[in-house]
Amino acid sequence: MTFETVIGLEVHAQLQTQSKLFCGCATEFGSPANTRTCPVCLGLPGSLPVVNKRAVEMAIRTGLALNCTVRPTNQFARKNYFYPDLPKGYQISQYDQPICENGRLEFKANGTPKSVRIRRAHLEEDAGKNSHTGARSFVDLNRAGTPLIEIVTEPDLRSAEEVVLYLKTLRDVLMYIDVCDGNMEQGSLRCEPNLSLRPAGSDGFGTKVELKNINSFKFVKDAIDYEIKRQTKVLTEGGTVHQETRLWDIERSQTMVMRSKEEAHDYRYFPDPDLVPLAISDDWIAELQSTIQELPDDRHQRFLKDYGLPDYDAGVLTSSRALADYFEACVTLFPEPKLISNFMMSEFLRELHQSGTAVESSPVSPERLVGLLTLVHDQTISLKVAKEIFPELYAGNKSAAQLVEEKGLRQLSDEGALSALIDAVIEQHPAQVTQYRGGKEAVLGFLVGQVMKRSGGQANPQKVNALFKIRLAR
Amino acid sequence: MSLVKCTLKELQDRFTRGDVSAVEIVRAYFLRIGVVESKVKAYITLNDKEAMLSQAQALDDALSAWRRTEPMMAMPIAIKDNICTEGLPTTCGSRILGGFSPPYSATAVDALRAQQCFLIGKTNLDEFGMGSSTEYSAFGPSRNPWKLSCVPGGSSGGSAAAVAADECVAALGTDTGGSIRQPAACCGVVGLKPTYGRVSRYGLIAFASSLDQIGPITKDVMDAALMLNVLAGHDPRDSTSADKPVPDFTRAFKKKDVKKLTIGVPLEFFAEGLDPEVNDAVGEALAVLEELGGTIHEVSLPHTGVAVATYYIVATAEASSNLARYDGVKYGFRAKESPDLLEMYRITRQEGFGPEVKRRIMLGTYALSSGYYDAYYAKAQAVRTLIRQDFDRVFQDVDLLVTPVMPTPAFQLGEKIEDPLQMYLSDLYTISASLAGIPAISLPCGLSRKGLPIGMQILGRPFEEDVVLRAARAYELATDWHKKRPLIRQGR
Repeated sequence: MTFETVIGLEVHAQLQTQSKLFCGCATEFGSPANTRTCPVCLGLPGSLPVVNKRAVEMAIRTGLALNCTVRPTNQFARKNYFYPDLPKGYQISQYDQPICENGRLEFKANGTPKSVRIRRAHLEEDAGKNSHTGARSFVDLNRAGTPLIEIVTEPDLRSAEEVVLYLKTLRDVLMYIDVCDGNMEQGSLRCEPNLSLRPAGSDGFGTKVELKNINSFKFVKDAIDYEIKRQTKVLTEGGTVHQETRLWDIERSQTMVMRSKEEAHDYRYFPDPDLVPLAISDDWIAELQSTIQELPDDRHQRFLKDYGLPDYDAGVLTSSRALADYFEACVTLFPEPKLISNFMMSEFLRELHQSGTAVESSPVSPERLVGLLTLVHDQTISLKVAKEIFPELYAGNKSAAQLVEEKGLRQLSDEGALSALIDAVIEQHPAQVTQYRGGKEAVLGFLVGQVMKRSGGQANPQKVNALFKIRLAR
Repeated sequence: MSLVKCTLKELQDRFTRGDVSAVEIVRAYFLRIGVVESKVKAYITLNDKEAMLSQAQALDDALSAWRRTEPMMAMPIAIKDNICTEGLPTTCGSRILGGFSPPYSATAVDALRAQQCFLIGKTNLDEFGMGSSTEYSAFGPSRNPWKLSCVPGGSSGGSAAAVAADECVAALGTDTGGSIRQPAACCGVVGLKPTYGRVSRYGLIAFASSLDQIGPITKDVMDAALMLNVLAGHDPRDSTSADKPVPDFTRAFKKKDVKKLTIGVPLEFFAEGLDPEVNDAVGEALAVLEELGGTIHEVSLPHTGVAVATYYIVATAEASSNLARYDGVKYGFRAKESPDLLEMYRITRQEGFGPEVKRRIMLGTYALSSGYYDAYYAKAQAVRTLIRQDFDRVFQDVDLLVTPVMPTPAFQLGEKIEDPLQMYLSDLYTISASLAGIPAISLPCGLSRKGLPIGMQILGRPFEEDVVLRAARAYELATDWHKKRPLIRQGR
């Protein structure tokens, strides 16, 4: 029997607010333990939560970007369970009234369009972090109260590849609208798939297993592929899959049982009486809708249409908003999209990668890059020279024109000067001249090369080529 | 007149005129506490006398150069021990908060301190406010100053006893189902539960968040208005606090009658189980209000019979979650020698909480459990709406409601401790106003044959504390019950 894989996904994305969801403490990463805390996020007796308006706005914008309906009133709920990193003994989340519901996210899987339904997206606070040293355990509550949005899909995904594509698309969208930094390793984006198998062609659902502890795209794929194999084996051998939560064990590259259905918590959700229901007006939604810039896929399409770029180029350039913004800043100054695209995808991105610099903090501004490419375009320098001097442009703050002047890299395009060089080469290589005139056109390359050599690389090769053709045609 | 016999208004006037210094006030109250506290046991923690005296001296020195006072300046106020006070232990009457001293003060406490009052001490209560007698305090019960063998009521029994015994001039209490009004009635003082949202809950250690309110316990109605003036107002730190204008509540007293006010008498509150002495005292009070010009109507609040059941589901459900944070991990009491995390939780909570708190946590956990939620919690919320609608409808016809506060006067210590259900029924008349979130005041209206105070309750529309206070003050001015003071002596 063959099986079809059915996967639903819960993604927790950390919202990029300055302060926490229910208090004014900073959300910054990496501070000394328990220094980003106050009575509210420590859960001290008598403290009360007050919702952060910015976090609500980010949640609404996320919902709008994912084509969700935003509920006009919604309510926070308490999810009750005991754990040392949960200072109040409950997490403030949303239950039967999530802020956003019924959306979808589209992407291409192997060239075929795929639409994944989003069941809901709701706001909740993060917990703190436990750590263990020998027999002692420690709790750091800096992260407690950080705003998260949990995005839950319908069981619409069918393979690990689709899950990875969905996650990448979702990550791009969240980064594009500035609600999440998308950093999986730091835990800004966490994913919990639930997975079941069913006989191919069936409409029913098998018993599902939840997977946890997956913090990179690679682990997502590995964990899902492992679990598909495991469940297939169980079912093929006539066994039953148990409903349980399993952890991805990085060391052993396998999933391990964390808790069974019987051990599942009863979270006793109920509306949080400390927080009044949140009213969201149509005007507010409209105002937030207007702040959502073009999403990655729309921008990709526009790059194809407006700039005539190949699909590959448009894909690379729109993979992050900062890169696409940079490209468009260049095109506005200098309408040569393909020249800019080629240079950005090669030299520009290479330098950024090597120095570990983000596009938005690139030392080469669009003005300086365009300055360089203009010199190529008007043939003051060759593309080869441009590539050679780019590291210097990147490292310093001189303009391309200055660098070319100082180093004397200006291309030799003067016809008189070039003619003199050409005459000398013709005189020195009569055999090749005869060959060319006899119809062996490939020899032209050798002759042009000789001129380049004599000019110390500064001769404009296109021009030399053209002049040779005129001279030898006589 | 002895300083400690003064009302807040009288003491304020004497201090403002310069007839009495802050140091004299502090000395007088500590002297009084020295005499009666060992009998009444109103306090869990007393503030440091020397520290208060130097604070008083500094205040006197500053004032001799610059005589400008604020209403609460130099007034010795007691704070119920479930309200956070920076630097003073806050116990909630529980072992589980042993050693906890909050790093911040409640908004209500800050408001009082901003006017340089003296926080004279933290008063006793039933653990986490759960009880009607203070017998459920981990620090032992407080006594009723009128009769030391009787309970002072609860859960704000310590605050009510401290005011009645002249151990402070006024106190803060908290009310979830009657915890300000019922002890006020037991101790013959005035207790006001404001509209839910009128006073910030920030720093009030939650029992049931949708019901808890801070309010004053005072010697008369004038004092309650003076206190409410300081406490009321929107607090951005409490999402449930109301952004409503706050009037000067003492202005309500300009009219000395209740003419044009229609007063409803809900029949369901005068039914079986009401002590005849209480029934008669409230009846006479109604006659006084009628003489003063009020129009009395009989009305019906049909869902009164299910109020206690509704309350014990809503309040315990919220409590089961609110009390989850006391887990031994971060502050307060932690069980020693636990083999693992789960046992640490289990033993900490087993040893840290008293029997009534555990009973309510279990009830509330059950009511919220998967499979029972709809039958209990959701149903109780639906009934709560019906109770609120009862009041909405009645308040279309009447301005105020008058009822008893408690079915009987204060009961004997130990009388109901083994019978939780009987204990719960002592809040029968106060719970409805809590569920509806409306303002209600308890004020003395008689003495039983055994010499115990009897209270009456006046309830009003949401945010109409001024109307409630006006009627209460008019009654007070026409009668002498609020002037009666207990003689504290050992005996039965």
